[in-house]
Amino acid sequence: MTAISERQQRGYIGAIAAEARVNVELETEGMTLNIGPQHPATHGTLRIIAKLDGEQVVSAEPVMGYMHRGYEKLVEVRTFPQVTTLINRIDWLGNFANEVPFILAAEQLMEIEAPARAQYIRTIFFELSRQANLMLFLGDMGVQLGAITAVFYAFRDREHVLNLMESVTGGRFHPNFDRIGGLKDDLPKGWVEECKGAMVKVRRFCDEIEELLMGNEIFETRTRGIGVIPAEVALGYGLSGANLRASGVDWDLRRDNDYPLAWKDADFKVWTHPDGDSFARYWVRLQEVRESTKIVDQLIENIPAGPIMAKVPRIIKVPAGEAWVSTENPLGEMGYYVVSKGDLGPFRVKIRTASFNNISIVPWVMRGVYVPDVITILASLYFILGDIDR
Amino acid sequence: MTFALELSYWQSTILRIVGVLVAVLIPAGTLVYVFLFKMMSHMQSRLGPMEAGPHGSLQLMAEVGKFLQKEDIVPTKADRTLFTLAPYLVVGTVLLVYLAVPFGPDAYFADLDTGVFYLLAVSSVSVIGVLVAGWASANKYSLMGGLRAAGQLIAYELPMVLAVVGVVIQAGSLNLQHIVSVQAHGEIFGWGGIGNPFILTQIVGFGIFLLATQAELTQTPFDMPIAESELVAGYMTEYSGMRFLLFFIGEFASAGAFAAVAATLFLGGWWLPGFGFDNNAMNIVGPLVMVGKMMFVAFLIFWFRFTYPRFREDQLQTLAWKYLIPLSLVNIMATAVLKVVF
Repeated sequence: MTAISERQQRGYIGAIAAEARVNVELETEGMTLNIGPQHPATHGTLRIIAKLDGEQVVSAEPVMGYMHRGYEKLVEVRTFPQVTTLINRIDWLGNFANEVPFILAAEQLMEIEAPARAQYIRTIFFELSRQANLMLFLGDMGVQLGAITAVFYAFRDREHVLNLMESVTGGRFHPNFDRIGGLKDDLPKGWVEECKGAMVKVRRFCDEIEELLMGNEIFETRTRGIGVIPAEVALGYGLSGANLRASGVDWDLRRDNDYPLAWKDADFKVWTHPDGDSFARYWVRLQEVRESTKIVDQLIENIPAGPIMAKVPRIIKVPAGEAWVSTENPLGEMGYYVVSKGDLGPFRVKIRTASFNNISIVPWVMRGVYVPDVITILASLYFILGDIDR
Repeated sequence: MTFALELSYWQSTILRIVGVLVAVLIPAGTLVYVFLFKMMSHMQSRLGPMEAGPHGSLQLMAEVGKFLQKEDIVPTKADRTLFTLAPYLVVGTVLLVYLAVPFGPDAYFADLDTGVFYLLAVSSVSVIGVLVAGWASANKYSLMGGLRAAGQLIAYELPMVLAVVGVVIQAGSLNLQHIVSVQAHGEIFGWGGIGNPFILTQIVGFGIFLLATQAELTQTPFDMPIAESELVAGYMTEYSGMRFLLFFIGEFASAGAFAAVAATLFLGGWWLPGFGFDNNAMNIVGPLVMVGKMMFVAFLIFWFRFTYPRFREDQLQTLAWKYLIPLSLVNIMATAVLKVVF
C-alpha cells in the first residue's frame, strides 16, 4: 500500500475545497413555475406547480378542481332520463361514451335489457366517439411538440365522424341519444353506406398521421424514452385505458367484461406496447383508432333487425338498489356507481373518470425531466379537463 | 440642363433610411406576410384570411389596425426602459440587414466592401433585443424564452458564418455586389447560360445556411424560444398592442431578410439569365427577380416550419455542435482545396 505524502494529501483536500467553493458559487436558486391554470398546454384549467432547477423539474404537483362543476351533486336533483344531458359533458370529446355506462347501470337496476338492435347501435356509437376523441389526440400531440399542421388534419378528418353522429343524433358534441331501455331513434336511410365510407377515411387519416408525425425523426427523439411508466407503477396509480396498455398491461374492459353491448360479437385485437414511454402511448392510441374502425365495420354489417326500444314504463322509477358499471372509454375506465332509493332520480352517483387517475401519476413521472418533456408527458397521458374535474 | 441635387451626408442617409423603411414595410412586410399566410393556410388544408381585401390580401393592414387599438400594457415589475426598447431593437436590426443587400446594378442602399461581414454581424444583433425583452418582462416564461434564444443564437451563428465562408472563398470577395457578379459571369463546364449560382457548388453550404437561418429566426423545428405549448409565447408573453406587432412584423421581415441574404449568396442575387449584367433595365427587373428568389427561400423556411415538430434544447445544441459545425468546416476545406486545384 502506498502511503500518501502529506503534500499530496494537502493538495487533495485543497482540490475538494475548491470544488465545494465552485459548487456553492454556481448553485442556483430553485424556481417555482406555475404551469397553468391558464396555459396553452393544459387545454383547460389544469395547474401544475413545477419546482425547477434551471430547466430541470425537481418536483411537479398537479392542482385539480379549477373546473369542478359538481355533476355528482347535480344529478341527485334530476330524474334518470335527465342525467344523460349532464354526463355528456364530462369527457366532451368522447361524448356518447359517457352516457352508456350510466344507462347500463340504470337498466341493471330496473332489470330490463335493450333490444339487440339498440345494443349494436350503441356499440357503434361508442366506437365512433372513441374515434372522434382519439383522432383529436393524434393531432394535438403534434401541436404540443410544435408541429401545428397535424391538428388541422385531425380536425378536418374528425369531421367525418362527427357528421355521422350528427346525422343520427342531431348533436355533434352532445348527442344525448341513449335512453333507458334503448335509443331515441333508429338509423336514417343510407347511413350504413355513409358510415362505411367514413371509416375508410378515418383509416386513411391514421395512415397519413403515421407518416406525417409518428414517422418523423424529431417526433421519435422527443417521445421515445420520455416519461417511462413501468407496468407495476401504472397499476399502482390506477392508470387505465391506453396509458395502461402502453405500459404492457393487457387490460381492456371491452374484451374482459361481460356487457349486453355488441363487443362480444366483434373480433378485435387489444394492442399493447412494452415500452411505457410517450411514444408507446401515442402508438397504442393510433392502433386503437384503427381497431375501432374495424369494430364498426364488422358490427354495421350484422345489425339485427327489430325494435330499438324495450318496453319501459312511461314514468321511469328505478327500484331501490346499487349498481356499478364501468366501460372502456376513450380515455380509460369510466364507471358510475348508482344508488337508487326507488325515486324518480338517483339518490347518489359516484363517477369514476379515467383522467383523474391518469393525471395523478404526474408527480411520479415528472421528477427530473426537462420542461419541454413536461409538455410531452402531459400530452401523451392525454386528459380532458372535464374528465378530471367533472 | 442637368438637374444636380447636392445632398449632404446626413440628408442622403435619412433618404436611404426612409427608402429602407418603404422597401421593408411594403414588399417584405405585406408580400411575404400575405404569401406566407396563404401558403401555410393551404398547407394546413384551410383557407386562411379571406375577409380583408380580395382573398385576404389586406390582412396585414387589418392587423395593424387591430393592434393599434389594443391597450399597451407594461407589467408593473418590468424594466420600463428596456421593455420599450426591445421591439425596436429587433425590428431595427432587420432593417439594417436590408441596407446591404443589392437589388440591382445601381439599386442598392449601401455598397459595402465588407458586405457579408456586415450582414452576419448585424443579423445577430436582433437576439440582444430578444434577450432584453425576455429579461425586462419580469416573467419566468419570458426569461426562459430569452435565455433559450441566446443559447440558440450562439450555437447557430457559427455554422451560418462557416457556411458563408465557402461562398466567400469561391467568389473571392466580401462585397455582395461582386458576389452577384461572379455568379452572373460564372460558367458551368464552359456553359454560361445561367451563370453559376453558388447553390450548385455550395449545396452543402446552402443546406447548412438554411438550417442555421431556421434557428436564427426561431422557426420550428428550432422555435424553443417562443414554444407556444411550453412557454406560452416565450419572450413575447408580456407584450401587447403596438410592441407585439413590432415583434410580429420583425419575425416575418427577418424571414424575408435572411431569405434575401440566401438569395444573394446562393441563388445569384438580382441577376436574371439573358439580361446583361450592367443593363439599366435590371434596376427595375432586378428587385422583382430578387423578391421572387426571396419568396422561394421564404417558402422553404416556412415549409419546414409547418412540417416538423420542435427539438428539445439539448438536441438542438447537439445538432449544431456535433454535426453542423464539423460539416461546414469540411465544406470550407473542400472549397479551398478545389479553389486552388481549378
